[in-house]
Amino acid sequence: MGALPALPVAVPLLVAAALVGLAPVIRHRLADAVAVATAATVAGLCAALLLQAAGGPVVYWFGGWTPRQGIALGVAFAIDPVGAGLATLAGVLATAALVFSWRHFEAVGTLYHSLMLVFLAGIVGFCLSGDLFNMFVFYELLSVSAYALAGYRTEDPGSLQGALNFAITNSVGAFLVLAGIALLYGRSGALNLAQLGQALASGPADRLVVVAFLLLLVGFFVKAAVVPFHFWLADAYAMAPTPVGMLFAGVVSELGLYALARVYWTVFSGPLAADAGGLRAVLLGAGVVTALVGGVMCVLQHHLTRLLAYATVSHVGLTLTGLALLGPAGLGGAVLYAVADGLIKGSLFASVGIVQYHLGSVDELALRGRGRHLPWTATLVVLGALGLAGVPPFGTFLGKALMEEAAGAAGHAWLTALFVVVAALTAAALLRAAGRVFLGLGGPPARAVDAPPGPAYPTMLAPAALLLAGALAIGLVPGLAGRVELAAARFTDRPAYAAAVLQGASGPGGADAESHPPGYPAGPAGWATLAAVLGLALGLWPLLRRRPSGPRRATARLWAPVGAALRSLHNGHIGDSVTWLVVGMAAFGTLLALVVR
Amino acid sequence: MSLLPYLIAAWLFLVGLYGIVTSRNLVHAVVCLSVVQSSTYILLLAIGYERGGTAPIFLDVPVGTRAVDPVVSALTLTDIVVGATVSALLLALAVQTYKRHGTLDTEEFRSVRD
Amino acid sequence: MSPSLRRRVFLVAAAVAGALLVWGLSGLPDYGIYRGPYGDVLNAVAVGERHATNVVAAVTFDYRGVDTMGEEYILFAAVIGVAILLRAQRDEREEAPDEDAADRRAPGTSNAVRVLGLALLGPVVLFGIYVVAHGHLSPGGGFQGGVVLATGALLVYLSGEYVTLRRVRPEALLDLAESSGAAGYVAVGLLGLAAGVTFLENVLPLGQAGTLLSSGMIPLINLAVGLEVAAGFVLLLSEFLEQTLVVRRPGEQT
Repeated sequence: MGALPALPVAVPLLVAAALVGLAPVIRHRLADAVAVATAATVAGLCAALLLQAAGGPVVYWFGGWTPRQGIALGVAFAIDPVGAGLATLAGVLATAALVFSWRHFEAVGTLYHSLMLVFLAGIVGFCLSGDLFNMFVFYELLSVSAYALAGYRTEDPGSLQGALNFAITNSVGAFLVLAGIALLYGRSGALNLAQLGQALASGPADRLVVVAFLLLLVGFFVKAAVVPFHFWLADAYAMAPTPVGMLFAGVVSELGLYALARVYWTVFSGPLAADAGGLRAVLLGAGVVTALVGGVMCVLQHHLTRLLAYATVSHVGLTLTGLALLGPAGLGGAVLYAVADGLIKGSLFASVGIVQYHLGSVDELALRGRGRHLPWTATLVVLGALGLAGVPPFGTFLGKALMEEAAGAAGHAWLTALFVVVAALTAAALLRAAGRVFLGLGGPPARAVDAPPGPAYPTMLAPAALLLAGALAIGLVPGLAGRVELAAARFTDRPAYAAAVLQGASGPGGADAESHPPGYPAGPAGWATLAAVLGLALGLWPLLRRRPSGPRRATARLWAPVGAALRSLHNGHIGDSVTWLVVGMAAFGTLLALVVR
Repeated sequence: MSLLPYLIAAWLFLVGLYGIVTSRNLVHAVVCLSVVQSSTYILLLAIGYERGGTAPIFLDVPVGTRAVDPVVSALTLTDIVVGATVSALLLALAVQTYKRHGTLDTEEFRSVRD
Repeated sequence: MSPSLRRRVFLVAAAVAGALLVWGLSGLPDYGIYRGPYGDVLNAVAVGERHATNVVAAVTFDYRGVDTMGEEYILFAAVIGVAILLRAQRDEREEAPDEDAADRRAPGTSNAVRVLGLALLGPVVLFGIYVVAHGHLSPGGGFQGGVVLATGALLVYLSGEYVTLRRVRPEALLDLAESSGAAGYVAVGLLGLAAGVTFLENVLPLGQAGTLLSSGMIPLINLAVGLEVAAGFVLLLSEFLEQTLVVRRPGEQT
């Protein structure tokens, strides 16, 4: 084992510092190469950790400060397959993003590469950590890098405003997390997750535990952009430069949910176990609302990156419903779904970036018909849309199938309908955009502007294609579903986690994976195909008829005020975002106080 | 009242948020964010305080003297650095916004029209 | 939302949230009673194990050294971020400020401020170095001392000598200093790996508690952090000062 756990964080940080210090002697091409190599190394190291963690949790105490009599003195990385898997995803996306920005991206000296590597280090540290305050430090590290990267396009006022809203809202969320940590520390005198879990398990779920959980929940929901904490996301993700957007949509939003799951299962599952039913209802409600709001807003957009941003919100909602079932099966499905979905969204952001670079705009209406000479990009976008809809054999299908199975087992079979509707909505928006831009459907072609002509550059196409291939591969690896369920079972096993971290007990070894029949279960495959068909229909419907017919005008009149109301709510005003944050905090707090008795 | 420092922390938190929500000037909003952050310092340090305890520095006093918690001091140090850096970034964003928009009035900022 | 509606919604929500917060905070132990084991254990063992009399420094740089490494890099990321955000735009040009600030609407610096500022510069820098070096003995450390050092640069600006300082163009040196500080922390951690133990584990002799050369790697880390923080804050200050004093858009009056 040796030094492996420390390296995925130490290496990118060291290289980032070197890139800045040696900037006068490093040329642009060399900086690109070094950054890509470092990101690929991080991805490889995390994959190695993933393989190692499959056999049992990997616990690494920094500074050699092992716990004494159950009291953790130092900071530990407690690595399990879920955390290592997310870290690997981050490494892969970062490598793809840095390849995308090779040559054609306006990098500011070596500062851009350095900041991206620090961002990556923050994400990796966050996923691997087993100490609550350490998680907070890495959370702030990735957030600070994100604020700066979101405002990268300083010439565009929209980008600056998005970054401001992003920074202020997420900072408030971070302070809420810190307040929650403080409360837990005051009760138990511990910062290590396993030790906190043990300290709280022996006590009742009193008001301090409830409010600490509320603060952590709200803080992490802000990062994950769950409704009503999501108003900052569209502006920030839409105006960020493409490589940054790939990382944001691919992994950063899921980190908030990962943190909530981790904190819940290691710390709160003891005292809150008795109220799991009510908690399940609250979290499910949040997931459903987020998924629907994100989906509807997605369809209303014709700015391509805002469309993808709202698709991110709605898919976060779907992942949350999987987590909300508060069981290993739902968790496994959610993890698989999040990873595959992250790869697909990264690919879609890259494809839209290609469109932006070559056609000079991301407005669907202004781009009508101008994408005809980008056939590969068109293919990737259409495949990505199908992947978002969860069509087999994409990994998203597998994750959704697991979640639907778990939902059915928990008595919430109606979740399947939600998955179908939301998948149809996001796929529809994308397919409509693809139809307009690449096929010129729905109206006369728009005027062209000055931009580099010709086919897309390979350094931009390759990352998009490879990420999509990755999402396909996840769905095709045999036995993955069983292994993910095993990993989820270990994730939700609080006593085993505590024993591994505090006493160095090795994991339960190889419990037999639940046997999943090979191939695709017919039920979920049918629903997924239905979602894709619905999406196709919904997406192409506005494109096919030139003049609105009677029934179309009537439906438009019915839905127009809803659309207008939603749009006016999402106006990007900082005060509004923070107000909704406090409203959400009050709402969730009241619900939790009522549910946990 | 033994709850007073915690109430102060909660009050500062809400007052800072009120400032952000109702501010008309971007720099004012950034400073209000610092107020929100200072509430977390007070919460942390109040939790670690021990009545009659001295600073956890044993240069002049023997080891074993009653001292306050050193861990919350370390946490607060980290928190202060984080806050300073976030404020710096936000102010840089404010400077650029002023140059692009000519105003710092938050009411003037709207989303990209879709 | 309109401003008045926003205020009303916020006040209602904040009242509920505030009530919940207070309800939760009342579950904490009384103010002045610290129950947790973490701090008590560290207060008891830190001096003996680390030979550092400042237990807070021992916690920050040794027991929880990874947190501080992350924190240092947050500052690093913020300095890079500010440099990226305030970089020169295509329609901007730089105009070296007038020596006596006659082109700015600010009043010139009075001689009293000039003399006092420059006279204090030496003691402030010396004090900063003292705080950095004695971090493991008395209150202080890399972060605190680094900020004190950075205020030296602020004193230079206040005493009206910023233009002179600018001519020296120390940006490359400051970048190098900042990166050395940041990389230095990771390098110290890697020392442990090279010696076959865990990251950031102490491999230097501990020395005698209370002397300057004690506590193993903590003075080394303090030095790295102090360097990085000082250079980082001076870079931050210079970025903002450049915006005020130097950068001009076409047609802009100073």
